[in-house]
Amino acid sequence: MDAVFKAIGDPTRRAILDELTDRTGQTLFEICSRLAMKHGLSSSRQAISQHLAVLEEAGLVHTRREGRYKFHDIDTTPLRSIAERWPVPE
Amino acid sequence: MLRINVTSVLVDDQSKALAFYVDVLGFVLKHDIPMGGGERWLTVVSAKDPDGVELLLEPSGHPAAGPFKAALVADGIPFTSFAVDDAHAEFERLSAAGVHFVQEPASMGPVTTAVFDDTCGNLIQIAAMN
Repeated sequence: MDAVFKAIGDPTRRAILDELTDRTGQTLFEICSRLAMKHGLSSSRQAISQHLAVLEEAGLVHTRREGRYKFHDIDTTPLRSIAERWPVPE
Repeated sequence: MLRINVTSVLVDDQSKALAFYVDVLGFVLKHDIPMGGGERWLTVVSAKDPDGVELLLEPSGHPAAGPFKAALVADGIPFTSFAVDDAHAEFERLSAAGVHFVQEPASMGPVTTAVFDDTCGNLIQIAAMN
C-alpha cells in the first residue's frame, strides 16, 4: 500500500499514468516523447526509467518483452485498495 | 559552406535493406557502387525529391554497432526520422504492406509521430506536423 501512495505522490509519475491510460503498451521512447511534448517535462531518460521502476514496484505498471522490444502497460488494480479502504458513498 | 548531402542508417544486410527501403517504403535507388569486401555505397532518395539528401544504407559490421542498435531498439528509440504529410495515412499504408509498428500514430503537441521496425535492426520514426 505504501508503494502505491509513494508512486502516485509525484506529478511526473501521475503524468506517466495519464499517458498510459491514453494508450497502454508504450516503449520508453514514446513515454519520454509524450512527457516532453505534451507535458513540457524535460526529465532525462534515466529519470523517467527510475519513475517507471517506482510505478512497477507499486504494481501500477508492468513491463512486457516482445522479441527485441520492451513495452510498458498500465495496471490500475492496486488503486482499488484505496477505494476499499475509504469507500466513496453511493 | 558545408552542405549536408547524405545521412546514413546502419543496416544489418544491404540487400535486404534495399528491398525494404525501395519496395516497401517507396524510396528510389540513387547509387549502388561496389566498395570491396562485398560492401556497397548504397543510397536511396525520396521519389518526391530525387536531387535531395541521400540516405546511405550503410553496413553495420563494426562490433560496436550490434549492441548499440539493440540498446536503441529495446528502449524504442528510432535511429532516424522521416517526414510525412499524414502519419495516420502512412501508418495504414505501411501496415497493409506488412510493416511492424512499435508505436502507432500519436499526437505529440505540434507533431504526430509513429515508429516502425525497418527489418534491418533499426526503428524508424515518421513525423507529420499537425
